[in-house]
Amino acid sequence: MNLVSKISLGAAALGFAVLAAPVQAFEPVKPIDFVIMAGQGGGADRMARLMQSIVEQNDMAGRPLVPTNKSGGSGAEALLALKNATDKDHTIMVTLNSFFTTPLRQPGLEVDILSYAPIGRMAEDTFVLWVHKNEGINTFEEFVAEAKARGSDWVMGGTGSAQEDEIITNFLNGAFGLNMKYIPYSGGGAVARDLAGEQIDSSVNNPSEALGFYESGDVIPLVAFTDERLPFFPDVPTVREKGVQFAYYMQRSVVGAPGMSEEASAYYTDLFTRVFDSDEWQTYRNDKSLLGDFLSGENLMTYWEVQRERHETILKASGDIK
Amino acid sequence: MDVLLHLADGILAALAPINLGLAFLGVVIGLFVGAMPGLGSVNGVAILLPFTFVIQQITGTATSPMIFLAAIYYGAMYGGAISSITLGIPGASTAVATTFDGRPLALKGEAGRALVIAAVASFIGGTVANVVFTGAAPLLASVALKFGNPEIFALMLLAFATFVGLGGDDIPKTLISIFFGLIVSAIGFDIISGTPRLLLFDSTVWFSRGIQFLVLAIGVYGIGEMLWTINSYRYDMKMTEADITMKEVGLSILRFREAWKGTAIGSLLGFFVGILPAAGATPGSLMAYGVAKMVSKDKSKFGKGQPDGVAAPESANNSASTGAMLPMMTLGIPGSPTTAVLLAGMVIWGLQPGPRLFTDQPDFVWPLIGSFYVSNVIAVAVNLAFIPLFLWVLRMPFTILAPLIFVLSVVGIYAAYQNIYDVWLMLFFGIGAFLLRILDYPLAPAVLAIVLGPIAEPTLRQSLILSDGSLSIFFTRPIAGPITVVAIILILLPLFGLIRRKIKASGRGGLTV
Repeated sequence: MNLVSKISLGAAALGFAVLAAPVQAFEPVKPIDFVIMAGQGGGADRMARLMQSIVEQNDMAGRPLVPTNKSGGSGAEALLALKNATDKDHTIMVTLNSFFTTPLRQPGLEVDILSYAPIGRMAEDTFVLWVHKNEGINTFEEFVAEAKARGSDWVMGGTGSAQEDEIITNFLNGAFGLNMKYIPYSGGGAVARDLAGEQIDSSVNNPSEALGFYESGDVIPLVAFTDERLPFFPDVPTVREKGVQFAYYMQRSVVGAPGMSEEASAYYTDLFTRVFDSDEWQTYRNDKSLLGDFLSGENLMTYWEVQRERHETILKASGDIK
Repeated sequence: MDVLLHLADGILAALAPINLGLAFLGVVIGLFVGAMPGLGSVNGVAILLPFTFVIQQITGTATSPMIFLAAIYYGAMYGGAISSITLGIPGASTAVATTFDGRPLALKGEAGRALVIAAVASFIGGTVANVVFTGAAPLLASVALKFGNPEIFALMLLAFATFVGLGGDDIPKTLISIFFGLIVSAIGFDIISGTPRLLLFDSTVWFSRGIQFLVLAIGVYGIGEMLWTINSYRYDMKMTEADITMKEVGLSILRFREAWKGTAIGSLLGFFVGILPAAGATPGSLMAYGVAKMVSKDKSKFGKGQPDGVAAPESANNSASTGAMLPMMTLGIPGSPTTAVLLAGMVIWGLQPGPRLFTDQPDFVWPLIGSFYVSNVIAVAVNLAFIPLFLWVLRMPFTILAPLIFVLSVVGIYAAYQNIYDVWLMLFFGIGAFLLRILDYPLAPAVLAIVLGPIAEPTLRQSLILSDGSLSIFFTRPIAGPITVVAIILILLPLFGLIRRKIKASGRGGLTV
């Protein structure tokens, strides 16, 4: 590094210090390992690659984010990759709710999610029930009637086992007296494709995953698993309106490897705050029906604790854990 | 006719100076990335994605950056063959099958011929795929959607069957090789239940990520091949003279007819496998090799330098890479790691990939398709022109080449996974492969199994959940049924042959087989 760039870097750092205390002592010195806790083409993957693009396009980080998909074992592979990372200050991960469920289901991993660095929650993703247009089903009531009639011949496809999609499927089965069969896939992209190809009868894809086929008219949204109707789908009722107290969201958070230094954690929190505030991210949030504010640090930790407790209750009720 | 008009417009747009320049640059970068062991098209497009934002700012359209990335993808498919043939190390996973016959040809002093076959076959494969893509993209997308889990599993079964039913090779050894590959592919986390399997020592370190395919491929074909060559040429370290003039390159092109069968199989099969979900260019090239060997009259010549054995995988990997673009562009779903990166690019350039892309964004789609044709011509021209240069590698004495192969293999694996465990594993596989080769075990089936295992296993289990555990699901569905039946017949063929020979032998009073 020559003198001029040293000086300009120093000046930039100084400028930052004035804008945002505390002073940022950390700067990445090599490419940042950006682990994605899911397979290619799903909601988490698209979002992670969008974040990477925003960082690259606006030159926000000194070093590139290098995305790698680690979808194995419902996210266990990714959790371990972070836990065992050799360079903890250069290893971050995009997580979803398997961040809560997988450590609960696999205590052998010895993963404590509160040891991961709380960099930032970028959004809460939403879930919508989809069927293929050829089913001739247009309302949630028709869906319940048809699925009830077909019993275990009604097939719901979703991402992973005992994860978000199966939790919602179990809820629907329990609350409406259905007996749908659940088939796990490695990612939301594959689920969306198989619903479009009528290989499965329904899905609870995130809007971002199903949007392409929704816009082409292949799939129809029936009900949203949110507290209020989604601005993008004003005519789609919530499951609450159908008389059950249920809402389910997926966290879209960025976490750091356990043992990451506080300086590095502060650096990434600042980086992702800027990503969150960027026009591109805000547009994406609106277009893909994402909700939720930016959370970091203590607030994010508290959110994790609440979510872990909720998932423990859900998994105990479904018999997935004791 | 509408399509032809669109295509003509598209090719014209692709020939605009800036797009032509980007296509050329992309192809050259792709050739280099593809030829480097460990680096493949996915690394090339991922590393250069940020650069495309600059291109977009300059040109103001999303088409030019996409043309650039697609050209890298293409170039890499050509480049992979270069190191497969000259060094015996697969330049990329898509070029593993090219080493099977490309390397023996090079050892016979015919590397130039092998490189020409690879280049021309790649060109034909790419062009066939482009024509099919242009004519029938939306139609094929709907066909791809008809392939659910049972259909894909049936197809995987067929792929294994082509390798078992090949004849020529020792069947028990082929089966052992396949099962070894399947076991290796099962290591790591189970997708369906999320439980760790077959982990060695401490589950958190060794094998928890599973065995990466390139670790096995570079171990077997880089290190294993190097050891084998050292062993075979122990007393004669002088390699065959490998030299070729441009005139001889021309003559080899004229002789290309000898590999037409492999090229035809690879071009069509590769495209089909490419458009299917979860498959891609690597399975496509391996399956094309298997089928080319199966239908050949000279099965025994395969693996010893058969031109068809080079042409089939090379035409297939180019064809499949165009095929893999199809679900990405028509459905918005990536079929391979490289297309996942391309898809991410499209989102940030402001496009909405999905079923409406063709109707909503014709200004993006058609110049891109036009550029497939243009890039393909550039790639074959650049590749053929550089063949004499590539051969320079082979003229190096083996005492220099062997350490070079070793270093490239180690660096390639470390660069790809940034993990020293994978380097040790690769060396382990290399030594293992060398020993198995001395014992005359075929290694290609193991490589096929480790590529197809991770596709076959989940689709099998998802199908069985669907059918409540009944295997009939593979026979009763209209597409899966016939494929399964053909696969089973192929697996049983050698058994019939064996029985016939036994009867003949006992008829003559002998009991030996």
